[in-house]
Amino acid sequence: MAKVTAKRTDRQRAAAATRERDARAAYRPGEEPVIRTRGLTKRYGTLTAVDRLDLDIYEGEIFGLLGPNGAGKTTTVLMLLGLSEPSGGEARVLGLDPTRDPLEVKRKVGYLPDSVGFYDDMTGRQNLRYTAYLNGMTRAEADERITVLLEQVGLTEVADRKAGTYSRGMLQRLGIADALVKSPEVLVLDEPTIAIDPIGVAELLELIRGMVKEHRLTVLLSSHLLEQVQHICDRVGIFCAGRLMASGTVAELMGAPTDGSVTLEVGVEGDPTLALEAVRALDGVTAVEPDEGQPGVLVVRAGRDLRNEVVAELTRRGLPISHLVLRRAGLEAVYRRYIQECEERSGGRTESAA
Amino acid sequence: MTAATEVRARLRRAPAGWLVVANKEFGDHVTSIRFVVLLLILAAAIAPPLYFAAGTIRDLAPQASGQPAVFLALFTLSSQDIPILRFDVFVGLLAPLLGIAFGFDAVNVERTEGTLPRLVAQPIHRDDVINGKFAAGLTTIALMLGALTLLVAGFGIFRLGIVPSMSEVVRLLVWYLLTIGYVGFWLAFAMLLSVALRRAAASALIAFGVWFFFMVFWSLVATLAATILAPATTASPEQALGNLQLEQTISRLSPATLYQEASLVLLNPVAGTANVSVPGSLGEYIQAQQQISSLHTLDQSLLIVWPQVVILIAMTVIAFAASYVLFMRQEVRA
Repeated sequence: MAKVTAKRTDRQRAAAATRERDARAAYRPGEEPVIRTRGLTKRYGTLTAVDRLDLDIYEGEIFGLLGPNGAGKTTTVLMLLGLSEPSGGEARVLGLDPTRDPLEVKRKVGYLPDSVGFYDDMTGRQNLRYTAYLNGMTRAEADERITVLLEQVGLTEVADRKAGTYSRGMLQRLGIADALVKSPEVLVLDEPTIAIDPIGVAELLELIRGMVKEHRLTVLLSSHLLEQVQHICDRVGIFCAGRLMASGTVAELMGAPTDGSVTLEVGVEGDPTLALEAVRALDGVTAVEPDEGQPGVLVVRAGRDLRNEVVAELTRRGLPISHLVLRRAGLEAVYRRYIQECEERSGGRTESAA
Repeated sequence: MTAATEVRARLRRAPAGWLVVANKEFGDHVTSIRFVVLLLILAAAIAPPLYFAAGTIRDLAPQASGQPAVFLALFTLSSQDIPILRFDVFVGLLAPLLGIAFGFDAVNVERTEGTLPRLVAQPIHRDDVINGKFAAGLTTIALMLGALTLLVAGFGIFRLGIVPSMSEVVRLLVWYLLTIGYVGFWLAFAMLLSVALRRAAASALIAFGVWFFFMVFWSLVATLAATILAPATTASPEQALGNLQLEQTISRLSPATLYQEASLVLLNPVAGTANVSVPGSLGEYIQAQQQISSLHTLDQSLLIVWPQVVILIAMTVIAFAASYVLFMRQEVRA
């Protein structure tokens, strides 16, 4: 009985593969997003883990999917790999539908799962070899590729030790090598920095960036630690309660306060109280206060960008300015604001969405 | 290169996913400590019945010469004092442990170790994981049972000087296949537990519990149920017969009973399932053979045990299909 089922699904898959080949002919690299989702939705019972997600990730970019634990990041990733079936909407990876042609997608997408594991009683090299065989590589091909990759992730020395003896950081690096064994076009990294100490994180991210350049990959990286990954991401999307709250480059997200208000840092020489009085009198200034910790520096909050007005006013009064800076909202603050906004809207539902 | 030839080239190049999985799992099994331990346990377990059977045969060797199917007696003769001490009974009792040992942690350990997402993210079908693991487990089991059977056969040939006839070899081979199928049921059952239960310890415990229940308590359950449902109070022949038939039917719900009956008929050309009385001594054994004008041929024996074999296969298929369906529907993530 089982056999019959297997045969039938095989045939269906073959048919799907044929359809996908036609679809692939329509996919033009460089012009269309490598990963594209439209209205992608996943429901578990009454819980909506991913809610009508529209995502575009273009060739050669590192996209950071950021959000708190349980935001639906892993669910999204699993749907893109065809490991979980969407409840609605559609996804395309390299022009392929992961639900209908999971094998072809998995052939081209390297995946580092959340808290990746390896077979403890096999060596690092043997673990990678197994992956290579599963990808249809021969012994010779596998060994050649694995030696190079182990060198690149810095595990050559311990390659023939049992994976059970590896530290978390080493496992994570082995995981990156593992995801690259099949020479993928797309790399999906789910929480690559989890459970690693801060120095290890910096090294690991540097490694990822290096590998991405080396192998010319498109990367989707998920994390709940924005500060850590913002440096290597070309674009980020803030993801919460299954919804994409915002997306764009880090600079775009930071430089776009929603109400147009700005914070200025003004360094003055001479009496700061005089300057304080002068600035406070300006139209549009909402608050002025001396900066804690920095004597002679004022923090000015205003409804719009008042840099020119501040300079003009202080110059008119003969108060020399040492420096003037437009303070950007910290990315962390932006991130936190989005998350807060979303949590208020969904009424704390995110906690249960794991 | 057209798309079709490209696909064909890839298919030729890449071995089937289940084969890669099976290869790796098989390597794990035969180098594992549990393989060695189980082999030792089984060897130790078959030594006493073998010793007694050999002793009985040797004592009555002059009488036995020229009798058909003496070689198979090595597998079915028990000690005169302890009738349960028989090779086929012991295999029936202990072989399920092999199935359980190589199946109970097949899937859940991949889950707890975090290797499952990595495995299913490779370009293989998801059923390749289950199929490969089942194939590897069954191959390992076949290897172990084959080694033990040959060990006993070799012992008989060299130490006792009894040479099997062709028909006996064929019977032994069929019995060997039957045993693999029987252990296959337990393997499929243990794998079902490994898919359904997240913790290997829980799945091992339940598997052993079920094994123990069928081996030890099922006959009691059958007797009890028969006594309640069809009591033989007035001792009329009809009632007694009804009681016995019910008891037999219930006991046949156990794969162990099915295997035991089939095994005995295959190894003993005299036996039919209706009289599963076991010849206690070689004398009786020979006597029984002499009484019946012609022994069962293999196909006759097979005809007798066909229902048992079919039910065993059906049970295996059901257990395997259940684990297959369950695994296909499960989320990759815990």
